[in-house]
Amino acid sequence: MSLLSVQDLSKRFGGLQAVDNVSFVVPQGAIKALIGPNGAGKTTLFNLISGVLRPDSGSISFNGGTVQGLMPHEIAAKGIARTFQHIRLFPKMTVLENIMVGRHLHSRAGFISGMLNLPFTRREQKEVAAKSRAVMEFLGIAALADAEATSLAYGQQRVVELGRALASEPKLLLLDEPAAGLNMRETVEMSALIGRIRDLGITVFLVEHDMSLVMNISEEILVLSYGQKIADDKPLAIQKNSEVIKVYLGEDNAAN
Amino acid sequence: MKARYLQVLAFVALVSAIQLLTRVTDSAYHLTQLTMTAYYSVLIIGLCMLVGYAGQISLGHAGFFCIGGYIAAFLTTHDLSMHKGKPLVALLSKTGILASRPDLYGGNLLTFHSWAACVVAMLTALVIAWVIGGPVLKLKGHYLAMATLGFGTIVYRIALGTTLLGAADGISDVPPFWVLPGIEISGNASVRVMNYYIAWGLVTAGVVLLLNLIHSRAGRGLAAIHGAEDAAEAMGIPTARYKLNTFVLSAVFAALAGVLLTHYNGGIGPSEASVMKSVRYLAIVAIGGMANLWGSLFMSLVLNYLSLRGYFGTYDDAVFGCILILIMLFAPEGLIRRSILKDLKRFVSGGVAEETGP
Repeated sequence: MSLLSVQDLSKRFGGLQAVDNVSFVVPQGAIKALIGPNGAGKTTLFNLISGVLRPDSGSISFNGGTVQGLMPHEIAAKGIARTFQHIRLFPKMTVLENIMVGRHLHSRAGFISGMLNLPFTRREQKEVAAKSRAVMEFLGIAALADAEATSLAYGQQRVVELGRALASEPKLLLLDEPAAGLNMRETVEMSALIGRIRDLGITVFLVEHDMSLVMNISEEILVLSYGQKIADDKPLAIQKNSEVIKVYLGEDNAAN
Repeated sequence: MKARYLQVLAFVALVSAIQLLTRVTDSAYHLTQLTMTAYYSVLIIGLCMLVGYAGQISLGHAGFFCIGGYIAAFLTTHDLSMHKGKPLVALLSKTGILASRPDLYGGNLLTFHSWAACVVAMLTALVIAWVIGGPVLKLKGHYLAMATLGFGTIVYRIALGTTLLGAADGISDVPPFWVLPGIEISGNASVRVMNYYIAWGLVTAGVVLLLNLIHSRAGRGLAAIHGAEDAAEAMGIPTARYKLNTFVLSAVFAALAGVLLTHYNGGIGPSEASVMKSVRYLAIVAIGGMANLWGSLFMSLVLNYLSLRGYFGTYDDAVFGCILILIMLFAPEGLIRRSILKDLKRFVSGGVAEETGP
C-alpha cells in the first residue's frame, strides 16, 4: 500500500524545468531514498510535497487525500514532517523548546488561553514537555535539553532537527540530506537512527548524497536527473542500472 | 513560584516605591507624568510583543492609539440629547450604554457611557487591525515598515482634517472614565495617587498576560516564526494567522492606552497620531532590547517620564530619532540585557588594545 503517491508532477522556474512529469509512490512503512546529481530537482520535489512550492501540474496524494495546493502548515497537519538541507533550528531557544514546537499540532492552547494561563493550558504544557523529553530520550539527546539549540555541534543540531520533526508524530518523514556535514561515525549513527524511526512505523523519504547510507538503509531508490525520473527500483538494481551509472559516472565509464 | 511572577512582584514593589518616594519628598506632582507614562507603557508592551517576539515591525501604532483615543473622546462628548426621541437613542439610554451628565452651563448632556465608548473603541481598533493586517503582514522588512507608516499617516491626516473631530484642535472636555462607584480615571489632583495605581496596575496586568503568552504554546510559535519562519510553518504553525493575531493584540493594547490616556488628560489632539510618535514607540522598544518585555517597560518608564517632564525640551522628537539610529548602529539588541557589562568591558579593552597596537 502506498502512503504517498505522486502523479505527473511538474514545476518550472522560468526557463528551467526543475521537475518534469515525475510519478512515483512511497510505500507505507518503507525507507525510500531520492538521489540524483546536483541540480536534479531533489529539493524542489521535497518543497512541492511539503507545500513550500506549488506544482504547475500533477497531483500529490497522501494517505488517501490530495495535498497539493495546501499551505505547508496544513500539509504538516496531515502528517508530513520534514527537516531541511540547511539546518533550520529556532535560535535563542533551548533544545527542549525547539522540540516542544514540534508538538504544536498535538496541542491546542491559543493566544487567549495562553495569556490567561488557564488550568488546561498548564496541564497541556506539562504534557508537551513530557512528550518532548521522551523524544529526546529516544534520540539520546536528553542531556542537551537546556542547551541553546543553535550553539550545539553540527551533528547534534541535525539530531535535534530530527527530534523536532519526530515530536509531531508524522506518518511520513521527509529528510533533506540528513547526513550532510556529518563525519563517518555520525553518518553511521544517523543510518541506525533512521532505521529505528522506520521501526516505529514512520515512513521515511529522504534525499541523500552519501551512497553508503542510501544503499544500506533504503528499500527503494528513486533517481532524478535534470528533473526527470530515470530509475525507481531496489538498491541492488539501481547499482546495476546503466542509465544511473551514466548519470553518475559519465558516458565513457558507463561504456567500459 | 515561577520566576516570572517574582519579577512581577519586584515590579509592583518598584512602582510602589516610586509613589512612596514622591510622598516622602513631597513631590506628588511627578505622579501626573508617571501616570501618563503608564498608559504609554501599555502601548509599548503590546508593540514589544509584535516587534520583538513576532518579529514584525510597525510604524503605525500611534494610529491605533489615536483610533482608541478619538473614538472614546468623540463618543463621550458628542451630545445626543436632541435625538432623545429616536428609538435607537432611547434604547441605548435604557440599556445604560448612554449616560447623561450635567454640562458646564447647567444643562444635561446625553453621551456614551465611558465603558461603552471604551468597548466600541477597542473593537474598532481590533477590526481595523484585522482588516489591514491581513494584506499588510504579507510584506516583510522595510516594505512592512512603509505600509504601517502609511497607515499611521492616514489616521493622522483624517484626525487633522475632520471638523467633527475638532480638526487641528482635537477634542477637549472629555469626562473622566467612570470605572466603578468612587473610582474614576481623571487628571484631578484629588485622585492623583489612586490614578497612579490604576494605571500601573493596568500595566502590571498587561505584563502578566503577555509573559504568560510568551511562555505558552502560542509564544513558542511566535518565537519559532521569528527564528525560522519556514521551519515554523513546516511544524504546522499557521504563521500568517499568528502574525495577524499578534498585530491585532498589539493594536488593541494601543487603543486601550489611547482611550485611558484621553480620559486622564481630558482630551486628545492629532499630534498623538503623528509619525514621530510611532518612531518614539519603536525607539523605546528597540532600546529596551526588542524581545525583552521588561527592558522595553523599563525604558518606557524612564524615557516617557523624561520626555513628559520636558527634559528634552524642543529637541524631544530629535532625541527619539537619535536613539533609534544609535541603537540600530551600535546596539541592535538594545541596552537592557545581561551581557551589557561584558560588552562594555570588551569595548573598553578593545579600545586599549587598538591604542597599544603598532
